[in-house]
Amino acid sequence: MSARLAKGGRLIDRSKAHRFTFNCKWMRGFEGDTLSAALLANDQMLVGRSFKYHRPRGIVASGPEEPNGLVNLGKGDRLEPNQRTTTTELFDGLTAESQNHWPSLENDIGVVNNYAARFLPAGFYYKTFLQPRAAWKHVFEPIVRHSAGLGKAPKDRDADRYEQAYAFCDVLVIGGGVAGLQAALVAGRSGARVMLLEQTGHWGGRAPVDGVEIDGQPADAWVKTTVQALEAMENVTLRKRCMGAGVYDHGYVLADEKVADHTPGDGRPKHRLWRIRAGRIIAATGAIERPLSFAGNDIPGVMLAAAVRDYVVNFAVSPGDRTVVVTNNDDAYRTAIALHQAGLSVPVILDARLTATGALPEQARKLGIRVETNRAIAMVQGGKRVKRVSICAQAGEGAVLEEIACEAVAMSGGWSPVVHLWSHCGGKLIWDEATACFRPDAARPPLNHDGSAMVIAAGAANGALPAADTLADAHRAGEAASKPAGEAPKATAAEEAPMEAVWLMPQGAPVKLRAKAWLDYQNDVKVSDVQLAAREGYESVEHTKRYTTLGMATDQGKLSNINGLAVLADALNEHIPQVGTTTFRPPYTPVTFGALAGEARGEIFQPLRRTPMHDWHDAHGAYWEPVGLWRRPYCYTQGGESHEKSVHREVLNVRNNVGLLDASTLGKIIVKGPDAGRFLDMLYTGVMSTLPIGKCRYGLMCNENGFLSDDGVVARIDEDTWLCHTTSGGADRIHAHMEDWLQCEWWDWQVWTANVTEQYAQVAVVGPNARKLLEKLGGMDVSKETLPFMQWADGMLGGFRARVYRISFSGELSYEIAIPASEGRAFWEACLAAGAEFGVMPYGTEALHVLRAEKGFIMIGDETDGTVIPQDLGLGWAISKKKADYLGKRGQERSFLADPDRWKLVGLETLDGSVIPDGAIAVAEGKNANGQRNTQGRVTSSYHSPTLGKGIAMGLVLRGPDRMGEVLDFPKIGGGSVKARIVDQVFYDKEGAKQNV
Amino acid sequence: MLILECPYCGVKAEETELSPGYEAHLKRYGPGASDDEFESYMFARKNPKGVHFERWRHVYGCGKWFLAARCTATLEVFGTYPAQTSAPPPDLIEAIKAKRPGWEGYK
Ligand SMILES: [Zn+2]
Repeated sequence: MSARLAKGGRLIDRSKAHRFTFNCKWMRGFEGDTLSAALLANDQMLVGRSFKYHRPRGIVASGPEEPNGLVNLGKGDRLEPNQRTTTTELFDGLTAESQNHWPSLENDIGVVNNYAARFLPAGFYYKTFLQPRAAWKHVFEPIVRHSAGLGKAPKDRDADRYEQAYAFCDVLVIGGGVAGLQAALVAGRSGARVMLLEQTGHWGGRAPVDGVEIDGQPADAWVKTTVQALEAMENVTLRKRCMGAGVYDHGYVLADEKVADHTPGDGRPKHRLWRIRAGRIIAATGAIERPLSFAGNDIPGVMLAAAVRDYVVNFAVSPGDRTVVVTNNDDAYRTAIALHQAGLSVPVILDARLTATGALPEQARKLGIRVETNRAIAMVQGGKRVKRVSICAQAGEGAVLEEIACEAVAMSGGWSPVVHLWSHCGGKLIWDEATACFRPDAARPPLNHDGSAMVIAAGAANGALPAADTLADAHRAGEAASKPAGEAPKATAAEEAPMEAVWLMPQGAPVKLRAKAWLDYQNDVKVSDVQLAAREGYESVEHTKRYTTLGMATDQGKLSNINGLAVLADALNEHIPQVGTTTFRPPYTPVTFGALAGEARGEIFQPLRRTPMHDWHDAHGAYWEPVGLWRRPYCYTQGGESHEKSVHREVLNVRNNVGLLDASTLGKIIVKGPDAGRFLDMLYTGVMSTLPIGKCRYGLMCNENGFLSDDGVVARIDEDTWLCHTTSGGADRIHAHMEDWLQCEWWDWQVWTANVTEQYAQVAVVGPNARKLLEKLGGMDVSKETLPFMQWADGMLGGFRARVYRISFSGELSYEIAIPASEGRAFWEACLAAGAEFGVMPYGTEALHVLRAEKGFIMIGDETDGTVIPQDLGLGWAISKKKADYLGKRGQERSFLADPDRWKLVGLETLDGSVIPDGAIAVAEGKNANGQRNTQGRVTSSYHSPTLGKGIAMGLVLRGPDRMGEVLDFPKIGGGSVKARIVDQVFYDKEGAKQNV
Repeated sequence: MLILECPYCGVKAEETELSPGYEAHLKRYGPGASDDEFESYMFARKNPKGVHFERWRHVYGCGKWFLAARCTATLEVFGTYPAQTSAPPPDLIEAIKAKRPGWEGYK
């Protein structure tokens, strides 16, 4: 049984008890406990099930590397899946549930997978794809689906808020152990702006647990003094519970501060995401202990040696009365000694090395602990918890020499520096043979903008593992990031003899044992799986990772990576550095989406652009449609009518009376200067320089490839000024496009541009009664004679300063009136009042679309998709044949764009009057090389036309204009098809009689 | 999240203030150009692992396009300069050569 000890526990406060539940069972812990410590104190050894085989899983670690202790934390709108018990601080009322079990943690039916293990080898997922399709659907998919998924996704809206903060510093120190503290102290004393981040809720890291002394005082005392010194410096900022998540280009760092995870509902933001720009980054992120690979190393009760030490020293938690220690290094002896000092039994220390004569082994022997060298664990016995271990010679193949009963096993395979932050931006690693680990190669750091080292690794993260080296190395790192600071403090700890790399225990373990020796606990990857992958030809470590899923669990290989790599290297008969590591990518530990989103949720998810008439629309039944960052009314509903009915009503009212459209979102760019005409001639396919003052001309813009990019009406304002209308979504893009060519290609041309889209409100007055409405407003002559089609005029209209364009996107008599934005709402209401007697109604974007489709007008983004040239759309008339050059002209001269077999624009009329699904594909005879049906066209716009009482569509069809009258077949999703005849795309008023009145 | 100094307004701009614009010092080929010339202009863009000249716009700042010399592998920035030029400034070329002796030049 694991239990709470009567005395000790440097981080807990026994005067403050907390009650919490695990799987609905009430338990008790103390202030200062992690959830892991509290669970172990309540003898909750079993905390979860593995991903693939649903094997029982217990807590292995004491930090963020924990692969097994994952819970659904909280409930309802505060439910968070996959929270690590080792990093969750206990609070009163905490509720946690284990994951990946069914129906219960104790009795999991999925454990059947365990017995089917030989049918679920490495690459199982990929291999199932090779089977017949039916096998995947009926056999494998249900199994995989049932096994898949860890925590539950929360269903409710997150009750918490999150915030983001920006910070700038000269030196950012990540990691608040003794190395980070010393580096921060050195940098702080130099006067530099320093930030120091620590992922846990307390300073000092491992040193106090490991009995280190610094300058003659216990580490705890030194930590306290140093933190006080740092807190007293105005140029130093300290953040606890703040995890350095990722290092990015040029000193940019993301850090996640867990402000209120341990005090939920107290009104503070749950997390604060720091976006830090640092001159220099010191990675003092410590090291993580490696497991050993022996059979049964996944049974609950088998833990990392340092974690056992942490639970005993920090939380006064015993992992069991009898703990067997198994190691390849001296450091694990500290665990044996700590257990002994806590009054617990260590039946034996199994040391894989041939000799163990260092200070720590000698101390253990003196305490009367049995030490055996050249020994290994052949097998751990037990199901849901450890019962005993069988012991064998490390040099052998697993013949059992002895069995020892115990409740826990403390294992240590050596230490791996946490090199993640060093590596995120390309810092290179070297293999350290003596300590069998990858450590940062100081000669190849990630670089800053000026070519200097961006990251400096410090202490254990730099491979300086013994305490004395750690502190000296951190001092040096602090100096490198600021300036020389004299003598470093001296740390003293027991001298350690060299470790010896052990990648498999015993070294000659037969397959029976290797198939029970786990590398990745969460994803159930065993030594035998990596060896199988190597036999099947997976030589690249990146491929092996994906094939076996090694290191793809939520801990991202923090425990499994190096062990798996070593097994792979051995199987490939290569050296470990030749095989290399997988890529380290941010974040170091998971960052919740809430923190990344910050305040950007709900109404303020993104900026909202409103036209001057926005509020009027909102108050009059607008059904909103997002158009870029704008909101435009899709339609205005009246009474209980459907949106479809609203659209039909609006279309018919435009055709029969008069409609008002808020066209303010239309892009408006002023182009001005002595060379403006010449410039516009390059930008548009047509000629704009010859446009007379007072007139309008429709223009097309292409990119250099020749593909149609935007369209709109251009008005000549005066001798050197043009106003270019763009599509609503295109204004910013086209303005940038203009500036690009002006600044980077024709920089000696005298042209200025201004995007005045938001300076003007624009109202389209459309329909046979449009002129009557304007005449009622009064003040301008809008007659056919004075203001004919495709002209504009300035004047006072109904008392408003107006520019009236006689243009039409509907085929009706139509005026678009621009007024200063501040007068937009008033003008809109004046139009409604003036038009009341003529049947005026507002209409939305969908009616706009239907109206233009009835007239066969194209819409950028519907009829174009970046691969369509104007000639495909029958717009050759808008392309100047005389101009020597325009953007896209050379592109359009490419031979394939003149191919007569291109898909070209036509109208499509269904035989039964129905509406073809938008995007439907017209099929042709035969099949292509992939066995798919050949195609000969697609629908680009499709609507029900209330004017004509039937479905109308436009589409791009192979040689379309040459095939008028032919009938095409458009299969529908889910069976059946629609037949449609190729017709002219102008369905309504072909002669243009209605707009030209 | 690069930082590039805008040569117009002097702001050390973070990448979120900038928009990228591919290779710098391209020669435009229009009507009359051969297929090969047009292809090299439109599609055969440089993508070196190492020193690269590229266009950036200080889009959420002064709005100006500028050019930058940057190492695509280490992200070291050698310099930025206004876009109204058809070749990099000679002193920038010298500075890069000093730092990267094996560099084959910008062309
Ligand atoms: Zn600028």
